[in-house]
Amino acid sequence: MLIKLTGGKVYDPENGVSGVVRDIYVENGRIVAPRPDAKPDQTHDVSGKVVMAGAIDPHTHIGGGKMTIARMLLPEDHMGDPVARTDITRAGCGHAVPSTHLTGYRYAEMGYTACFEPAMLPANARQAHMEMGDTPMVDKGAFAMLGSDDYFLRQLSEKKDFEAIKDYVAWTMHASQAIAVKVVNPGGISAFKFNQRKLDLDEEHAYYGVTPRQIIVNLARALKELGVTHPLHIHGCNLGVPGNMQTTLDTIRASEGLPIHLTHIQFHSYGTEGDRKFSSAAPQITELLNKTPNVSIDVGQVLFGQTCTASGDSMRQYAISKSANPKKPVVMDIECDAGCGVVPMRYRDKSFVNALQWVIGLETFLMFDDPWRLFLTTDHPNGAPFYTYPHLIRLLMDKSFRDDMFQTINGDAQKQSILPTLTREYTLDDIAILTRAGPARSLGLKDRGHLGVGAAGDITVYTDNPDREAMFQTPEMVFKGGELIVRNGKVVKVVQGGTHVARPDYDKGIEKSLKDYFDRFHTMRMDNFKVSDEEIVTGDKGSVIVQPTGPRVS
Amino acid sequence: MPPAGGSAARVGAPSPFLTRVMTRRRESCFRTPSRAILDLAFLGNSHIMSSPPVLFHDVACPFCGMICDDLEVERAADGLKVRRSGCGRAASAFERKLPPSSPMIAGKDVPFAEAVAEAARLIGSASQPLYGGLATDVEGMRAVMALAERTGGVVDHAASGAQYRNFKVLQSVGWTMSTLTEVRNRADLVIIAGTDVQALHPRFFERIVAPAESMFGVTPKDRTVVVIGEGLEKAAKAARVGKVVSLACKPTEVGEVVGVLRARLRGFSLDKVKFGGVTLAEIDTVAELCRAAQYGVVVWAPAAFDFPHAELTVDQLAGLVKDLNPTTRFAGLTLGGAEGATTAASVATWQSGYPLRVSYASGAAEFDPARNDIARMLKAGEGDLLVWVASYSPDFVPPRTDLPTIVLGTPGLKPPKGTQVFVPVGTPGVDHAGRLIRVDSVVSLPLKNLGRAALPSVADVVSAIEAAL
Ligand code: SF4
Ligand SMILES: [Zn+2]
Repeated sequence: MLIKLTGGKVYDPENGVSGVVRDIYVENGRIVAPRPDAKPDQTHDVSGKVVMAGAIDPHTHIGGGKMTIARMLLPEDHMGDPVARTDITRAGCGHAVPSTHLTGYRYAEMGYTACFEPAMLPANARQAHMEMGDTPMVDKGAFAMLGSDDYFLRQLSEKKDFEAIKDYVAWTMHASQAIAVKVVNPGGISAFKFNQRKLDLDEEHAYYGVTPRQIIVNLARALKELGVTHPLHIHGCNLGVPGNMQTTLDTIRASEGLPIHLTHIQFHSYGTEGDRKFSSAAPQITELLNKTPNVSIDVGQVLFGQTCTASGDSMRQYAISKSANPKKPVVMDIECDAGCGVVPMRYRDKSFVNALQWVIGLETFLMFDDPWRLFLTTDHPNGAPFYTYPHLIRLLMDKSFRDDMFQTINGDAQKQSILPTLTREYTLDDIAILTRAGPARSLGLKDRGHLGVGAAGDITVYTDNPDREAMFQTPEMVFKGGELIVRNGKVVKVVQGGTHVARPDYDKGIEKSLKDYFDRFHTMRMDNFKVSDEEIVTGDKGSVIVQPTGPRVS
Repeated sequence: MPPAGGSAARVGAPSPFLTRVMTRRRESCFRTPSRAILDLAFLGNSHIMSSPPVLFHDVACPFCGMICDDLEVERAADGLKVRRSGCGRAASAFERKLPPSSPMIAGKDVPFAEAVAEAARLIGSASQPLYGGLATDVEGMRAVMALAERTGGVVDHAASGAQYRNFKVLQSVGWTMSTLTEVRNRADLVIIAGTDVQALHPRFFERIVAPAESMFGVTPKDRTVVVIGEGLEKAAKAARVGKVVSLACKPTEVGEVVGVLRARLRGFSLDKVKFGGVTLAEIDTVAELCRAAQYGVVVWAPAAFDFPHAELTVDQLAGLVKDLNPTTRFAGLTLGGAEGATTAASVATWQSGYPLRVSYASGAAEFDPARNDIARMLKAGEGDLLVWVASYSPDFVPPRTDLPTIVLGTPGLKPPKGTQVFVPVGTPGVDHAGRLIRVDSVVSLPLKNLGRAALPSVADVVSAIEAAL
């Protein structure tokens, strides 16, 4: 079937197209070269509308045990937001931690066609994929969490051959069906189980004697040499600690030219200036980042309201559990693999700390030069639920709106902030990079995030409304694989979406040592640990999309 | 080199977008609505087992919430035989001979399709069907959720009464928990509260409390077990851990004993010296053990506290962990979860937003753990149809009720009088493949099809009913 979108203003930065009026043709789910002579089966007149590729969220907690703990924990979050089933959609509920089906519908209704779960514990990978399997509409993918798992820490402390570390990293990606690897509080989740309460970049793990710096460098190098496109995704040490800017600056320097991604950097950009010993370090951090082209970031913007933080960082989540609102933190030590912490949180614009967090995120957005190295996230649900993205986009695109909002926040935070002096306004091109082209390039999704020939027919059409919040809130049309799935911000057709994975080469010999490890220490057999393709592709639902990896080098 | 799936280098497509999509249209092992199975009345398991013996390795056992996955099970002409690693409960469950069984309407054998059509008719005309029991796997639970939503039903697992003692605490004050592998390798102090762990999980001591080897060198000799309860120390002593301390008290007294322990840990002095059968001196000994532990774990099964307001006991246990964590490391470990209870709660939570006890009467999920308690509803005469799912144990029968009832049960389960429709279903991990979530709510295991009997899964039957509505 040939579909034609005619007359739209196309924003496709990957292909250097900026607001040019042109027709787009989609055939059998893919974008094809213009065929002015052919008679399309369907024509959509999108004259005057803004056309972009479907948006991609490279860091959103949508699936896996900690989200279901959060769902279980917060019936009050759900009762206020019930959604009944319709003839085509399932029932659901939830604001901060929505149910799985609703997560898919709401992302699609906001113009998103792919979402990546950044913190999949390998021990919990099966459930993460089951939950993502129940999240329709969008493509999915997940990052395997490594760095506090005992197998890797043993390898590192025993100074195992680096090739074996690479084999293990690749094996884990295969076994857990991951597209990338994340490290969370490197070594710190494990250290917390040994009663360490803090682990700075060069501090030694009490049992293994290794440092977060070593963990980061080994994992980053392993991924690079394995040819995995997305660099090591790092949730650094000391999340949320006033003064953690120094650790963050040191972490940036520690990368020594290796590609790395620093996630939710807002939570890691805190200074200790001022009466309250809490200040923005966004200027210092963005200054260094602007000079460090091997590092990409996402912000983890805080927006005001009720949410729930959910992280693999059991050490830091335990530490902030006193701030839980409502007061019911959950912390878990998990399977000699990782951990998690789920802490409900209410960010208040009149709170000095929360207001400053809001400011720090925005300063980071506005002072970081290269949109290709910056992704738009709230670290859903940690900084705010994902529905707040349109509001965040307006804050970035509309200086006067930003100034109005600034007036409403805590006065002391206002006094400390340089935000009013930052005049930058994001353009539609910038937004298309931050929410499409950039994440796709970084994750290695060759055929997503752009509208060139051969790309998937994942397309979003917006009304060109000067109120950018309204514009990005309710796209007029969303296509997934060439099918119209959302019209005027409402789901009109339910599709399943695929699961993106990457499969770097590894030496199967690693399984000998792994099998021994599982048999001796685990409560699960190695072969049962692995998630098969058939578990993702159940019946006629789902597909596994293997994205390419580069050649393995040493 | 990597297994099937390969890397980009191997895919080698000339396309500039080097992407390989694998969409499998073939029958997945997790959803097998095989015509042959659906059309057969089940004649007992002897007739399909004529092939030579097959030995299955790394078999996951679905018969309690621990889901041990190191079993070896042989399928031979006379049925299944557990060859390695199973406990007595696993052996009797795997090796149970299935009697012949047929779909039935009002006690009379009928073809599968007729039973499904009648079930669909009953469900379609019910205004408030109650979906109870729910002893199934992930796919079965997914199918039940879809059907319940579509038919305005209520969803509740038979073990919710126990699980809710935990959920109430979680939803009020949160908690800190651990998982099986973590405890196996790390715990040097295991406090078992009120729970006959041996009866619930016959391999818990062998695999979790006193494994021969641990990653951090915690040998059985280095481990101390404290049992708070009566007659529970035998299994701990048999496990040959370094030390067993027993605080003998009734389940109803566990909360008070732990409360006193918390008070002593905080340095309070108390007038009383005896709490139930336990002396203050004994409690002080345990307080010392807690302070000295590297990684202490408080273990309980909520089913052990079967009395009104037992969530207050669970609250004390979670509170003990909370009190100790500022200075040392402690975590809870909750047990139970047999009959797919953890799976049912998890799937219900991610799909509906709530851990069971939801009603879809309005089309949206409404959560009311008191009102949507199916055991209570049946006693109060609420609802107008019971759909009972029991795919593991033949003893997992529905409670007494006057409501018309549909039973999806393992052969051998005696449907109570008044059962309108009975459909025999397979056991996940025995008769068909599946997935089950372990009691720690973190790990899920793949279940194998051991080929015991050609029976449809709960997911097959429920989906067939939904299609026939
Ligand atoms: S302890 Fe439980 S899971 Fe393990 S073999 Fe026995 S019944 Fe099966
Ligand atoms: Zn995150």
